[in-house]
Amino acid sequence: MATHTDVVSTHAPLPPVAEPGMLGPRPTATHGVWSWLTTIDHKRIGILYGVSALIFIVFGGIEALLMRVQLAVPNNHFLIGDAFNQMFTMHATTMIFLGVMPLTAAFFNYVVPLMIGARDVAFPRLNAFSFWVFLAGGVFLNMGWLTGTAPNGAWVGYPPITSVQYNPTHNSDLWAIGLILLGIASLAASLNFFTTIVNLRAPGLTLMRMPVFVWMTIVTNVLLLLAFPPITIALIQLFFDRNFGANFFNPTNGGMPIMWEHWFWVFGHPEVYILILPPMGIVSEILPTFSRKPLFGYPLIVFSGAFIGFMGFAVWSHHMFTTGMGVVAVLAFSITTSIIAVPTGVKIFNWIGTLWGGNLRMETPMLYALAFIAMFSIGGFSGIMHSAAASDFQQHDTYFIVAHFHYVLIGGSITGLLGGLSYWYPKITGRILNEKLGKAAFWTFFLAFNATFYPMHIIGLNGMPRRIYTYNTGLGFEDWNMFISISAFVLALSFLMFFINMFWSAKYGKVAGNDPWDARTLEWSISSPPPVYNFAATPTVTHLDDFWHKKQTGQPIGEWDGQLIHMPLQSYYPLISGAGLFTFGLGMLFIRDNWQISTVVAAGGFLMLLFSIYGWAMEGPGAEYLDPRKETGAYN
Amino acid sequence: MSSAAITADQHHDQHEHHHVEHSYTGLPSKKILMWAFLSSDCMFFGTLISTYIIYHGKSTAGPYPVEVLNIPITTVSSFVLLMSSLLMALTVAAIRRQDLNKFRLWIFLTSVFGMIFLGFQSYEFTEFVHKGLTIQKNLFGSTFFTMTGTHGTHVAMGVLWLFSWFLYSFFGNMKDKATDIEVAGLYWHFVDIVWIVIFTVIYLVEFVGVGVK
Repeated sequence: MATHTDVVSTHAPLPPVAEPGMLGPRPTATHGVWSWLTTIDHKRIGILYGVSALIFIVFGGIEALLMRVQLAVPNNHFLIGDAFNQMFTMHATTMIFLGVMPLTAAFFNYVVPLMIGARDVAFPRLNAFSFWVFLAGGVFLNMGWLTGTAPNGAWVGYPPITSVQYNPTHNSDLWAIGLILLGIASLAASLNFFTTIVNLRAPGLTLMRMPVFVWMTIVTNVLLLLAFPPITIALIQLFFDRNFGANFFNPTNGGMPIMWEHWFWVFGHPEVYILILPPMGIVSEILPTFSRKPLFGYPLIVFSGAFIGFMGFAVWSHHMFTTGMGVVAVLAFSITTSIIAVPTGVKIFNWIGTLWGGNLRMETPMLYALAFIAMFSIGGFSGIMHSAAASDFQQHDTYFIVAHFHYVLIGGSITGLLGGLSYWYPKITGRILNEKLGKAAFWTFFLAFNATFYPMHIIGLNGMPRRIYTYNTGLGFEDWNMFISISAFVLALSFLMFFINMFWSAKYGKVAGNDPWDARTLEWSISSPPPVYNFAATPTVTHLDDFWHKKQTGQPIGEWDGQLIHMPLQSYYPLISGAGLFTFGLGMLFIRDNWQISTVVAAGGFLMLLFSIYGWAMEGPGAEYLDPRKETGAYN
Repeated sequence: MSSAAITADQHHDQHEHHHVEHSYTGLPSKKILMWAFLSSDCMFFGTLISTYIIYHGKSTAGPYPVEVLNIPITTVSSFVLLMSSLLMALTVAAIRRQDLNKFRLWIFLTSVFGMIFLGFQSYEFTEFVHKGLTIQKNLFGSTFFTMTGTHGTHVAMGVLWLFSWFLYSFFGNMKDKATDIEVAGLYWHFVDIVWIVIFTVIYLVEFVGVGVK
């Protein structure tokens, strides 16, 4: 019945339509705190993800700097023992789960619906739910700092280090529950983005006309769907071992700690591609725009990305070469790991092909994209070195590994994401980042990054072990470590410059207009920032790089047909259900100290969740009707 | 605008209530979401079942599976659960015809059959604890209780979901809800299929005597 209500003949604004809710009328705030707490707009949720991710990256960065202070000189006493363990555990966990992943999610949220010509994601309230649960998980992981018992079993959390016998406080419980919450958030988000991309594309936007970033998003979200269950189950098993005396990883009763390593890396290796595929998509958008050429080998880049995603599930044991799996297993995973280098190489050559003969514009986003290719290649090469098991035995658990994955994660992911921030900042705020400060920030970042992490290859090959809080004099590590520590602070400075630029440009930056980069994809065909409903007229797509094609051939972009635009209403329930899950986790945290009170708290959280599920279902998406002539822009 | 015409056409197939979306594939988004979720759920159960198989026969102390498993009783409860899938199929058929009375009957019976299964399961858990099998006792206990417990939780959530629809049908509008019921049905059938695998791995394997200790 209501399926045709978005085609209304009258131009008079209609009152919002909402089914009766359990909490009275639905929230309608368009400004202020409540508008953000109850928002279901994918653009606002994208901003929430982005801002939280950047704040968490600052946390993770401070943790890294503290470790660098400790390691600057031999036999230092600044941060030792368990405190150092907590620091590197939280640095890694924060950067991966609370920094890079939500920053990619920010781009999924903000950019993907715009790129596919949709007015929002398929399930706007579920999208808000994902964000609040993510935030709950982030707070959970960091709560330990208040009591000095932050997680301390490394980001891989191997038992028996994380078993209750050797880790009797709540460190690892915080870690397990926090990661389970983040897993729920990721699962909900990936279901949403998978459905959105499959079902909400504009007419004519076939799979092979999708921008590469949209392709990488759907591959990443399939990886999230399939990779998070193993770690979630393993975390539950670990939690049961710790709190209910189960035997999964307890060797005394026949359990095998190696099982954990397998479950962890069955998740952990696809996770690596979850972190790198979205930046690869971003770079595939920036390079053609700033080379003023179509992307070279579009189908190959798409298929390579999908193949990387598929192979990502077949290489996990290369993290475990030194565990004694046996010759056959080591050989098999050695070969699959070498194979995965092929599609990655294909992508790199295609990006270079895009540049070749192009009319290159060296603006900040382009600089980041070029740096991505170079830095990611270096990280990739040291990765191929690890696929040779004999060589990996020498490099295992040394700073060589630390150098490798920072080249992939900072040189790759973060560089790509900073490029994406510079590229889409005008779309999000309506203003362009200051080019001078942007370039200064880039070069500081580029030089300081290499100065920080390149020497780690050398001290790693010379035998400096990772995750150890000090080293002795006379091993040849002193000068390099001092150099690395100084460079790390310069690297932090480059992030500060980037953030200052973001604040400054939001107010004083050059006004962007719809299409500041003369770009190719649909998000640039609408105003910056986009209106709440994104597209007044749903675009019809006829080509790859459709907006570019329309600009070149002088075809008009679709015009508003005079019908009011039907949008869903804001809701309280995503926030309440997130709070319910948080409370449930809080109850479970103290289950072995006082099971009565814990059960009551957990049950309270569960009831909150149940209440909001029913409220959510009963209120329905709701509807309001917007008139594009009166709406000036997004609420943000 | 031709685009608007295409969009309106695609809206036709959509049973969704007050929804902004159009559908590129012509399928309701809720259904795509459920299929995607089930693929993820396969990995959840895949992890639990593999853990069980890998630890099978590795318990260092009793009670061992052959000593506690009651295969005849679980066969009966499995049969009840499988029959609930038939009832679920009848439920979906009824709501497609908008036959509300039949819909209420079948969905009520589906949830009752789910409840019966859960009753059998709690009886089984209690029996096992009486015989000394707990989650702490040995690997069989740890793996058995987490795997069947997770499955039982799925059944319980399904029962709650279906029973809520049963109640809703007395005061809510069921006219455009066929998709929602079908999506709940997808979930229910999946939970049943998983049980077939679990029943085989835990019970039938002991019955034919693989890895008896």
